[in-house]
Order: sequence, then C-alpha cells, then structure tokens
Amino acid sequence: MSNFFTTSIGKKLVMSLCGLFLAVFLLVHLSINSLLIICDNHTFNVAANFMAKNKLIKVVEIVLFLGLFLHIIYGIWLQIQNWMSRPVGYVKTNHSQTSFFSKYMIHTAIVIFIFLVLHFMDFFLKAKFFKDQMPPEIGGLEDMATAVILKFKMLPYVIIYIVCIFILGFHLFHSFQSAFQTLGLDHKIYTPIIKTAGVIYALIIIIGYSLIPLVVYFTFPNPA
Amino acid sequence: MKLTLKIWRQENAKAKGKFETYQLDGVSPEMSFLEMLDYHNEKLILEGTNPVAFDNDCREGICGMCGLYINGRPHGPDEDNTTCQLHMRKFNDGDTIVIEPWRSKAFPVIKDLIVDRTALDKLIIAGGYISADTGSAPEANSIPIPKHKADLSFNANECVGCGACVAVCKNASAMLFVAAKVSHLALLPQGKIEASERVLKMVKEMDKLGFGNCSNTGACEAECPKSVSISNIARLNREYICAGLTHEN
Repeated sequence: MSNFFTTSIGKKLVMSLCGLFLAVFLLVHLSINSLLIICDNHTFNVAANFMAKNKLIKVVEIVLFLGLFLHIIYGIWLQIQNWMSRPVGYVKTNHSQTSFFSKYMIHTAIVIFIFLVLHFMDFFLKAKFFKDQMPPEIGGLEDMATAVILKFKMLPYVIIYIVCIFILGFHLFHSFQSAFQTLGLDHKIYTPIIKTAGVIYALIIIIGYSLIPLVVYFTFPNPA
Repeated sequence: MKLTLKIWRQENAKAKGKFETYQLDGVSPEMSFLEMLDYHNEKLILEGTNPVAFDNDCREGICGMCGLYINGRPHGPDEDNTTCQLHMRKFNDGDTIVIEPWRSKAFPVIKDLIVDRTALDKLIIAGGYISADTGSAPEANSIPIPKHKADLSFNANECVGCGACVAVCKNASAMLFVAAKVSHLALLPQGKIEASERVLKMVKEMDKLGFGNCSNTGACEAECPKSVSISNIARLNREYICAGLTHEN
C-alpha cells in the first residue's frame, strides 16, 4: 500500500483522478465565462467575485492547484519512464489504427502548460496580487469583465487563445475516455457511451471557450 | 518478385549494429515471410556471408517465437497474423522491406533480429500461474463457469507471448501481456483465489523490468496477432487498484 502510488498503475490512477477533477473545473470555468456573452458584464462580475471571495471556493481552489500540480508532476514522471523504456527507436514507423490524439498527449500538455502560465499571469495573479493593473472596481466588485474584454479586443491574443483551446480540446479527446480505462471502468455497453461523451465534452470545451473571445472581439464595444 | 531488403545486422548484444541493404531476386509470392528469409540466408551462405539470425519455431502461428518489425509494424502488414503466417503475396514486386528487431529496453538484441524476451518469462514466474496441483482434467461440469466469462478468459489466454504489444507500444509497455495473463486466470474460479497476490507481484515485476507505462493508445490491441482486447487492461487496472488498496501485506 505504501508504494501503491509509485507503481505504474498507481501513478496512472493519480493522473486519471486529477485529470477528471480538472475536467469538471473546465466546465465550471466555462459556465462562468459564458455569462459574459449570455448575460452582461455585471452578472459576470458577480459570478467572478463570488468565485474569488467565497471561503468554500477558496478551499476547492487549493485542491484544484494540488490536482493540477500532481497531474503535471506525475505526467512528467511517467513520460520520462516511457522515453527510457525504448533507448533505441525504430527507423521505420507505420502508425497503427489507434487514436490520433493519444500519441501527442505530452506535446499538447506542454502547450497547455505554457498557456496556463500566461493565463494565470493575465487574470488570476493580477486580480489577486496586482490590483493596480486591474480596471477600477464597480460597486465594490472587481471589474473582471472589463479586464477580459480588454484582452479579447486584441486580435493576436484572440488567435493565440483559440489555438491553445483547440490544443486543449485535442488533449481532452483522448484523456477523458483514457481516464475511465485507467480506473478499470470498462463495460460492453457503457464504454462506447463514455467514448462518445468524451468527444462531446471535448467539443463543448473547444466551441464554448472559442466562442467567447470571438463574440467579444466582433460584437462588444471597446471599453471606455 | 524482386525485393530490396534493409535488415538490421548486429554481431552480438554488445556490438554496434547497422542496417545492411540486400537485393533479392526470385522470391515467390507463395513463400511465407520466414521462407523468404530462409531463401535469402541460403544465398548469403553460398556467398560466404553470415546468414541473418531470426527467431522462429512452430511456423504455424501458435508458439509466439517469430517476431519481426516489418515496414514499421510488428509482424508486418497483415492483420491478426504472426510473422510466420505472413506471405510474400502481401508485398509487391520491387518493394523495399525494412526489417528491424523488437525495440525495448526490456528486450535487448542478442543478434541481428533476435531479441531476448526473457522479461516475459520473468513476468510469468512472478505470478502468472495457479499454485494448486490441478491433476488431470476434471469433469467439465464440476465447476460451473458462465459462458461469457469462459469466452473472455479464452480471449485473454490466446496471447502467445510474442511481445508485439511491447514492440508497437510507443512506451514499450507490457500492459497487454500482463493484462492477458491476469485476466485469463482472474476470470476463472481456479485462478480467482490468488488473483490479488498475482496482480500485485506481476505489476511489481513489470515495473522492475523497465517496461514503459500504458497510455491507452490501443496500438497493442490493433497489432496483437491474436486480437487480445485492451478491455483486459481495464480489468488489470481494476484488479490492481482493488488489490493494492485492500491487500493486507
């Protein structure tokens, strides 16, 4: 038991549990972001401030960072072992009939990590520690809406953001159903449903997150 | 048929190997792949050159000894086949065929195309068996086994231990092999008794031998000559998680 989480399957178990938790977080994040284009700036600000200040959410935030940290550390650990397991590669490789995205998990993960760092610097860190770089508060609420709109009015930022979201989607295409396989949850009836749900989930993330900057860029007025 | 063969040549485990290119004329489409190599070796011997070393035994697709990485795929371009059951009619006149040994840290090259697959034997020794003296075949109905479980166990037991799953996996993982052995026994009442200990010991040995981790790409299932399903890997994960979290030792 003491060594359970350092074995190959134990490490994969940690990866899958953290990954599924992060997948739920992505949906919550998307639902709050969507308020900006579905409702108005004020509603978005109320939701964003609730997420930033609620004590229970702060606890979940710690779990989230821990989950993200473990997902990254265990991912790197597994990848290094995988590279070491074949010191001499093949001269000719002919890809088998397998999931395309499953072969590029580490590559998509690296792009997602860089994107996350930039995303944290742009919004999370500024809102937490560099409030002087944020738009002025409105009625006691942090004006996250204006901060987001200012970013999404910059075309290069919108393009980079959407490209990164597509890469995140590619990561999710494989990882969602892979997490269930790692947990040992395989069933003649349910596994095809899980695979379909994984594709739908990845599409929701890609379309949902891409739509927000596009709507803001093309339809929102420039903030005063 | 006239072929260009690019074959990995390596004198011994310590030597630095390299590819050699050969022109081979007079190959019949009816030849099996191994017969084509035999034919090629006869020519090399007549020329006074060392023949190409490659593993083979039954040549009936059931022993798992043959295993070559042919044009980027284990056991070549045919589906659900071992190398010995691959025939030259699957290739075209004038083709270039690249032949490599299995590549994995756990399968060191011994000579040319022969690799040391003792690692798979070590995995079986670690726990891929039942300790009970089974004696002679019992009366078939004395231990009732549901048909679907018997079928699943049979599918897992079809694994011939050729190592194609390790060879094709981008991480050189032996998960499908271990999963097949664990599933085959865990699904049957005779094997169920030692299932927890077995899975813990076999996974521990698998990690020790330097195999990679499973990324659930499914390449092993796609290239397995016996079509062993990756649902066995899910079963292995399930067995291991339950055993790992509940085992008392």
